[in-house]
Amino acid sequence: MAEGITTLTDATFDEEVKGSEEPILVDFWADWCGPCKLIAPILEELATEYGGKLRIGKLDVDDNPAVTGRFSVMSIPTLILFKDGDVATRLVGAKGKNQLRQEIEAFL
Amino acid sequence: MSDIRDVIIIGSGPAGLTAAIYAARANLAPLVIEGEPSSTSDQPGGQLMLTTDIENYPGFVDGIQGPELMDTFRKQAARFGAEYLTAKATQVDFSTRPFSLWVEDEELRARSVIISTGARSLMLGLPNELELVGHGVSTCATCDGFFFRGHTIAVVGGGDSALEEALFLTKFADKVSVIHRRDALRASKIMQNRAFANAKIEFVWDSVVSELLGTERLEGLRLRNVKSGKESDLAATGLFVAIGHVPNTALFAGQLDMDDAGYLITHDGTRTNVEGVFASGDVQDHVYRQAITAAGSGCMAAIDAERWLESQPHEHHIEATTTDW
Repeated sequence: MAEGITTLTDATFDEEVKGSEEPILVDFWADWCGPCKLIAPILEELATEYGGKLRIGKLDVDDNPAVTGRFSVMSIPTLILFKDGDVATRLVGAKGKNQLRQEIEAFL
Repeated sequence: MSDIRDVIIIGSGPAGLTAAIYAARANLAPLVIEGEPSSTSDQPGGQLMLTTDIENYPGFVDGIQGPELMDTFRKQAARFGAEYLTAKATQVDFSTRPFSLWVEDEELRARSVIISTGARSLMLGLPNELELVGHGVSTCATCDGFFFRGHTIAVVGGGDSALEEALFLTKFADKVSVIHRRDALRASKIMQNRAFANAKIEFVWDSVVSELLGTERLEGLRLRNVKSGKESDLAATGLFVAIGHVPNTALFAGQLDMDDAGYLITHDGTRTNVEGVFASGDVQDHVYRQAITAAGSGCMAAIDAERWLESQPHEHHIEATTTDW
């Protein structure tokens, strides 16, 4: 996995997200989801582009029902941006790179 | 300003990618503006990216998954030199030749253009529908079916797409209500038989959804019977809509002829009213709308474009006078 991308699980989520100094964009995804695959390379590019200002986390909804349920994720991909441990914004559905940039830049 | 291409193809479903295969093999070095990621059919690969088993595309005895089929198309065109731009065309100017197309601020120029932007699924258009996307309302059954394990959900529509979604969703949901505004289905007989035989599927005939109930998340649907006018509520935590399509033609308004529903009008094969601009696939077809007919018309558009380019007096660099297809 590319640098700047952290794999999150039910066990590590709180520590990684609440304890993150930088904002962290969490991608709720699964391997059967076509649109999730489309945005995976974009997230890797954003991780490089925003290195030091933004972290990217990936949470597989199939293996991590607790966090998925806690944030009521019912559609994937869902991207939730956490800042200081709190939800800053929530994006449902795959989007292009420019649109993602615009949506998250306000919070960085 | 970039070099002038022989052909730019807008769209990357079966029509656009088949046009790319044929144009690439004719040494036209096509550029495909393939679209951007989304969770609707408006994405690279088009409508088939949101479907599962495709059982009627010739050549696949056991069927094939939609995304896998489109990946194959894409690689096949790339093998012959097609290039891809993962972006959306944002503006076109077909008033002068070479034609201009823009992707954000970048201008691209081409001697001919093939439009295969397809069609996108209609939503119901109810007030809180968009707010509930991701909270029960879904635009992608294959993405979201998983979240409705054990739930009671609804599919709106009566065509093949609606029944395919309903059948797929029975893998997860306890009960799937198919809501249809008429008392008979448009879907193919084989899909109807499968749906009628599935114990988890129930049909609600002659009915339309008049209201989505729930604020934080979908809790139910208010239905109106179109014959009696009576309203009733149906408990449902999930809603999938497959009621038809609209062509993606807003980009061409005022430049290309369209019918009342917005489909591009073609004549003599795949020609539009602008010489050198061709259209193929669902963007110009509201009758057949199949992967195979889209692919067939993409092939036609590439051949039409190649022959038209050859007939032009200017200095474009096609060497062969005819291609042995």
